[in-house]
Amino acid sequence: MVPVPQEPARSQAGRDMRQVYLFGIFVARRIVALVITVMIGVYLTIVVANMGGQVDELRLIQIRADVTEEVRADPGVSPAERQALIERRVALEVDRLNLDQPFIWRSFDYLRRAMFLDLGRAEQMHSDLGSRQVSRIIVERLPATLLLFGTANVLVFFTSILTALSLSRRYGSPVDRAVVALAPTSAAPGWFYGIFLILIFAFVIPIAPPGGMVAVPPPDDALSYALSVLRHMVLPVIAIFISSIFVSIYSWRTFFLIHSSEDYVEMARAKGLPERMIERRYILRPTLPPIITSFLLMLIGLWSGAIILEQVFNWPGLGTLLFQAIGHRDTPVIIGGVVIFAYLLALTVFLLDFLYALLDPRVRIDPEGSGR
Amino acid sequence: MRRYPSAVAGLAVILFLVGMALYTVVTIPYGQVLQDWRAGEHWRMHPANARPVWTDRLFGGNAPPTLTISSDAADAEAARFEGGRQVRIPMAFDFAYDDFPSELTLFLGVRGTERPAFVEITWHRPDGSDVRLGAHRIAGEDRVSISQDRALEGRLGRVPHIGLFAVDPGAPGRPEVLRGTYRLTLDAVLFDEAAELHADLVAFGRVHGIAGTDHLRRDLMLALLWGTPVALAFGILAAVGTTVTTLVIAAAGVWFGGLIDAAIQRLTEVTMILPILPVLVMVGTLYSTSIWLMLGVVIALGIFSASIKMYRAMLLPIRNAPYIEAARAYGASNARIVMRYMIPRILPVLIPAFVTLIPTYVFLEASLAVLGLGDPVLPTWGKILNDAQMQGALYNGFYYWVVAPAALLMLTGLGFALFGFALDRIFNPRLRTA
Repeated sequence: MVPVPQEPARSQAGRDMRQVYLFGIFVARRIVALVITVMIGVYLTIVVANMGGQVDELRLIQIRADVTEEVRADPGVSPAERQALIERRVALEVDRLNLDQPFIWRSFDYLRRAMFLDLGRAEQMHSDLGSRQVSRIIVERLPATLLLFGTANVLVFFTSILTALSLSRRYGSPVDRAVVALAPTSAAPGWFYGIFLILIFAFVIPIAPPGGMVAVPPPDDALSYALSVLRHMVLPVIAIFISSIFVSIYSWRTFFLIHSSEDYVEMARAKGLPERMIERRYILRPTLPPIITSFLLMLIGLWSGAIILEQVFNWPGLGTLLFQAIGHRDTPVIIGGVVIFAYLLALTVFLLDFLYALLDPRVRIDPEGSGR
Repeated sequence: MRRYPSAVAGLAVILFLVGMALYTVVTIPYGQVLQDWRAGEHWRMHPANARPVWTDRLFGGNAPPTLTISSDAADAEAARFEGGRQVRIPMAFDFAYDDFPSELTLFLGVRGTERPAFVEITWHRPDGSDVRLGAHRIAGEDRVSISQDRALEGRLGRVPHIGLFAVDPGAPGRPEVLRGTYRLTLDAVLFDEAAELHADLVAFGRVHGIAGTDHLRRDLMLALLWGTPVALAFGILAAVGTTVTTLVIAAAGVWFGGLIDAAIQRLTEVTMILPILPVLVMVGTLYSTSIWLMLGVVIALGIFSASIKMYRAMLLPIRNAPYIEAARAYGASNARIVMRYMIPRILPVLIPAFVTLIPTYVFLEASLAVLGLGDPVLPTWGKILNDAQMQGALYNGFYYWVVAPAALLMLTGLGFALFGFALDRIFNPRLRTA
């Protein structure tokens, strides 16, 4: 760790300026690094999705077949003319899609378009408003995913932190032991519990809807619409909650236990500070960076778990979209989905770095960590 | 060991699963399960969507199993005529169950001649009434689907397999089963003196075996059994493939430092950006959904996973530890230092994580299968769940179809998780309660 040279003569404002400057440099460097990372990731995706260029040959065959089919029924054209017509139209189509260029060049073109979120047109699917643009289709589904997983994550996060704090105080109590014993239940993902929740609360005791986002037909006024969405959200949120709450409490409890036996916390206790203040100032404040890290990492984990949970609950989000795209073998939508996921993950990582730098001044000076 | 009951419980579950997997692999060979699970004809004598026997009996039910009545056991009367034979085969069986069969089919086979036989079928009920089931021309192996006889359904007023067994088929409301001895008489004319008529009357049941059957009449027990070795192999191989390689790479990066470390760090960041499940979905859609390809992709994506960062943080302080200094002093090679000095040092942290990672991959396989990207030929627990989902099992009340694979998945998850959490407490004493 490099000590920052500080001249005693420098004014407070000058030091602040320097802090902001360092912070700006740090943020800029992280953005550049992340953009490069996303580019490599998206490029890999493109290569995989095009099977290293092999898809093009399939596409050529497809174009030829389509053109032949269109021209076949044309009356009053001699076979030679028809052949020439086919060749001309195939050449036009090849030119339009740049298929005559080597794959390596086109892959960079695809990359450029993907990076600017120009995801192209879907082959089979369309948005609810009828658009064929992949980005439109995805943007339409994004709010549903954000609503469901945002709610569930925030709920799990705060419940587990608060419960863990109080449990770490009552270490070894029956509740504490129960949580430790229940922690292994989190081995199963949310969709797994979802199946049973649907079975019990939608079929055996029908008190909740088995799937979907709003009632059919959707209510007219905003209030009953919101209520209907809320009713449909209950089961999926509970499923996510059950699948992650116990292990979450367990790990936070362990974490707080370790931190509350630090010497400075003992010292604070010895001084007779109130328990609340010890928790806030001596336990929570220094452990804030790892808490935030894990919150964002949990987001990353749940992004991918979302596909199946949404599918099970028939929730019209990104996951269901991807699932439908698989069914239709709609490659542009699948690639678009992966690109969006990659962006969301990159954004999460960036937020993580940013918050870290805000909370922990050491990070700004030596972005690679002080261990080097 | 006695201080950790959860470790013992977890280990017991794991051993049970391993035993089940070994038993399955030994008794049902790989090639056979692939063939059986695919072949439709193999299951023709099984009922479709039948419950497990034990769930029915547990709730005091008395639903019929599948009854097969063969003509071999019947006393056939035969009379010769010029150029052929006339045969009468009475086939009798007792039916004393609380529910109707799920289907009624007559499998007929004429052997020893090319010429079709003429068969007339009559149904004799225990109350003395007879129902004519029509006449059929039978050549070679053939079947008469009595349940799908529309004309008969019209005459009886109900689906044949209910109408033929009901006390009063015409009465409205819930039909009641008429118990007693039923007979089916085949009056056949065979146009060859050497010809033989063989018949199997199958009253498909409502219950079957320990695990029941699916919509394609396949015995779910086969899939449940074979799902065990598949799940364990996938989970363990994926966990080994990701943790061990990741650890070695992290250790090498920390030890060599510089460019190698930087390259590893950047690669890790790229892999962190790639979402695993969507990438798997993409690979499954475009290439193949073979479970072994999926395993390869999971491992490939897992090698440079986020845990490299964690291992790196743990290994960095070790790098300058005196004992490593000592190893260098005696001239240990780089490989030796990495493999014998650095890695063993963080194994205690790694082993519990490794054990708890296994169920994650087991569930990942199930997740892929539920998405419809299960292995195309192998039966797995996830594929049963997917089939059940596709056929609306919960909606139709076939709970067993969902519950059995789900329970096995849960058992696997709990077993490994219990064991892993307990190991965590054993290896890391700071976590011990009281």
